[in-house]
Amino acid sequence: MDYIQDKEEIMKNKDYLDELEAEAIYILREVAGQFDRPALLFSGGKDSICLVHLALKAFRPGKFPFPLVHVDTGHNFEEAITYRDNLAKQLDEKLIVRYVTDTIKAKKLQDGKGKFPSRNGLQTYTLLDVIEEFEFDACIGGARRDEEKARAKERIFSVRDEFGQWDPKMQRPELWNIYNGKVNKGENVRVFPISNWTELDVWNYIKREKIELPSIYFTHERECILTENGQLMNTNEFVTIEEKDVVVKKKVRYRTVGDMTCTAAVESEAYTVDDIIKELKEAKISERGATRMDDRVSEAAMEDRKKGGYF
Amino acid sequence: MDLLRFFTAGNVDDGKSTLIGRLLYDSNSISTDIIETLTRQSKTTGTNTEIDLALLTDGLRAEREQGITIDVAYKYFSTDKRKFIIADTPGHIQYTRNMFTGASNANLAIILVDARNGITDQTKRHSIISAILGMPHVLVCINKMDLVDYSEEKYKQIESDYLTFAKQLNLKDISFIPASALAGDNVVTKSDKMSWYKGKPLLEFLETIEIVEAKQTDVSRFQVQYVIRPQTDDLHDYRGFAGRVVSGSYQKGQKVTVLPSGIETTIDKIEVNQQEVELAETNTPVVLHLKDDVDISRGNSIVPTEHLPKTEKEVTATICWMDNAAYIPGQKILLQQNSFRTKAVVKEVISKIDIHSFTQLESDGAMKLNDICKVLIKTAEPISFDSYADNRNSGSFILINENTNNTIAAGTID
Ligand SMILES: Nc1nc2c(ncn2[C@@H]2O[C@H](COP(=O)(O)OP(=O)(O)OP(=O)(O)O)[C@@H](O)[C@H]2O)c(=O)[nH]1
Ligand SMILES: [Mg+2]
Repeated sequence: MDYIQDKEEIMKNKDYLDELEAEAIYILREVAGQFDRPALLFSGGKDSICLVHLALKAFRPGKFPFPLVHVDTGHNFEEAITYRDNLAKQLDEKLIVRYVTDTIKAKKLQDGKGKFPSRNGLQTYTLLDVIEEFEFDACIGGARRDEEKARAKERIFSVRDEFGQWDPKMQRPELWNIYNGKVNKGENVRVFPISNWTELDVWNYIKREKIELPSIYFTHERECILTENGQLMNTNEFVTIEEKDVVVKKKVRYRTVGDMTCTAAVESEAYTVDDIIKELKEAKISERGATRMDDRVSEAAMEDRKKGGYF
Repeated sequence: MDLLRFFTAGNVDDGKSTLIGRLLYDSNSISTDIIETLTRQSKTTGTNTEIDLALLTDGLRAEREQGITIDVAYKYFSTDKRKFIIADTPGHIQYTRNMFTGASNANLAIILVDARNGITDQTKRHSIISAILGMPHVLVCINKMDLVDYSEEKYKQIESDYLTFAKQLNLKDISFIPASALAGDNVVTKSDKMSWYKGKPLLEFLETIEIVEAKQTDVSRFQVQYVIRPQTDDLHDYRGFAGRVVSGSYQKGQKVTVLPSGIETTIDKIEVNQQEVELAETNTPVVLHLKDDVDISRGNSIVPTEHLPKTEKEVTATICWMDNAAYIPGQKILLQQNSFRTKAVVKEVISKIDIHSFTQLESDGAMKLNDICKVLIKTAEPISFDSYADNRNSGSFILINENTNNTIAAGTID
C-alpha cells in the first residue's frame, strides 16, 4: 500500500522540466546509438552548455561518444572562450576548434564588412568544412523551436544533404519518439535535443541544476553604441566607431552569446539566475528580437541561412 | 506544473493557424517585436485584416506566399495553470504526414470545422488518424461562427453530424466549442454573441481539462538505447544499459528477461545520473545493470519475467503510408520500433480503410500516399511488442525505405 502512495506522489511531483530533460537525454542516446561519427557543436552559449550538462547525465561514467566542436568566428566574447576551454579540460572531453578566419584565408572569402562586420553567415563555410574533414554524420546543436519561426518548423532529426542544405518542404515525418537517422555517406543529420525548450525553460533548468555560466549572462557595466533602432552594441576592436555614434555606458547583460559584432546586449539589473528568470517573465521582447541584428535583414533570413547549411 | 501537448487539425482553411495565433495573441503570449513583424508582413502577404494571425505559425516563405500551412509548427506558451506545447498542423491532404507528425506526441486534438461547410473528408481523415493514435481527448472547434450569424442551429447540426460519424471511431472524450478565430469569440474570452453556449472558452477548456495520458499500461517496458562501457582501469567491468523506462517501473532485484534472446536474469543496480536508486519510474532515463553477464545490444528489451511482451517475426498492424512513391509488393524495408531496427517486408495488405464510411475495404494489394491499411509485416529479427492500445511505445513503429532512407509509413500494432 505504501508503495502505491509513493508512486502517486512521485508522479504528482514530476515537473515538466523532468519531461523535457528525459526527452533530451533520450535523443542524445539515440544519436550515440545510431551514428558512427557524431559531434556536439559547442558555442559556449547557455543552450550548448545545457547540452553538455545533459550529455553528462546521458553518458557518465562513460566518455561522451562525440567530440565537442566549436566553429570559432574570431568575434568572441573572451568569457565564452575561457569557459569553453576550461569546461573541456575539466570534463576531459575532446574539443575541436576550427576558425572562420582560416576559412576566409583559404577560400579567399570576403570578410564581414561595414560597421558591424558579422561573420555569422561565414560560419557556415567553416561548419561544412569541419563536417567534411571529420566525416561527421550527425551534429548535435542547441537550437530551440521557440527562437525563430523557421526553427519552429524543423524536425528534431533534421536531414541535410551533401551540401548541408535543409529542404523545409521535404522533411521526413517524425513520429512518436522514433527517430530515423539513416543517411547516405556525405549527408548528415542535425539533431536538436532541446527543440521543445523555451528560453525560460532553459533558465529554470540552469537554476534547478545549478549550472555555471559565463559571466556575460549576468549584468555588468559595459561601453556600448546605442544604435538607431535602440539596440546596445558592444564597442570592440571589430566595430567601427564613428563620431555620430552615441556611445553609452550601461548596466547590461547578454541573452544570447554569438558573434560579438551582431549580438546586442540588453539593459539589465539581473545579478543572479533568479533575477534573470524574473526579468524574462516580464520581458516584452523576444530573445532574438532583443539581441540579433542578422534576423532583421529579411523576413526569411533564418530560413535562407538554414537552407544554405547553417544551423 | 503539468504539460499539455495538443495539436490542431481539420480541413485546409478551416482556421487552425488563425486560432493558434488568436490564442497566443489574446493571452498576451506574443512578444512586441514579433507583433510588429506580423503587422508588417500582414500588409504585404496576409489577408486584409490588420494583423493576419496565421502568419505567426506559418513560418516558411512558401507558406506565407500561398497562405497555407505546409509543415507542422511548434509553439510554446504557459499560463498560471499549465504549460502548453502546440503543434499547428497542415490541413491539406498532400501534407497528411506532417499532420501525423504533429499529432503523434499529443494528448489532445483540436479538430476545426468551418461552420459554413460542416464536416468534410479531411475532418474525417484527421478524426480517424486521431482514433488510430488513441488520442485521449478530442475537441471539435466549430469555427467561423461569425460567417453564420453565430447560429446555434448550425452549431447543433454540425455537433450532431460529428457525433454520428464519430460513433464508429471509438474516440473517448469528445467536446465541442463554437468559435470565431478571426474575431476572437470563445478563444480566450467568452463570446457575448453566443449566449446560448454555456461551456468554457478554448483557453479555459485547455487549462482545466484533466489530462489522461495516452494509455500506458503499468507493465514495465525498457529498451536498450546504448551500452555504456568506460573501459577505464577503475571501471574495467562496468557495463551499463542506457535507456528510458518506457512504461511501468523497474526495481532493484527484479527478475527480468532479455528479449529477443529470452535469457532470464536479475536487476543488479539501477543508476539515474550516476546515483544508485531502488526504483525508477516511467519516463526516467536510467542505466540498468544485470546480475549475469549476458549478451545484450541496442534495441534489445529488458522486461519483467512475469509480464512478457509478444516476441514474434510477424505483426499485424494499421499503417498510414506516407511516401510519395507507392508501395511495391515485396519491397524490402526497415522497421524501426524506438531503438530496435530490423529488415522487414509487407507480406500482405489485408484491407484498406475507407475514410468516408470508416469501413474496411477489400484490398487490391496496392498502397499509396495517405492510404490507411491493415497489413501483415514479416520481420527478419524477432520483434518484442505490445498492442498499441496497451502501450503507445512498444506498440508503434515506422517503416523506412532502405534506398532513399525516407520514413515511408507509421504503424500501430493490433
Ligand atoms: N470569417 C472568419 N474567417 C476566418 C476565421 N478563422 C480563420 N479565418 C480565415 O480563413 C482563412 C484560412 O485561415 P488559416 O488559419 O490559414 O487556415 P488553416 O486551417 O490554418 O489552413 P491550413 O493550415 O492551410 O490547412 C484565412 O483567410 C483566415 O483569416 C473565422 O473565425 N472567421
Ligand atoms: Mg494553417
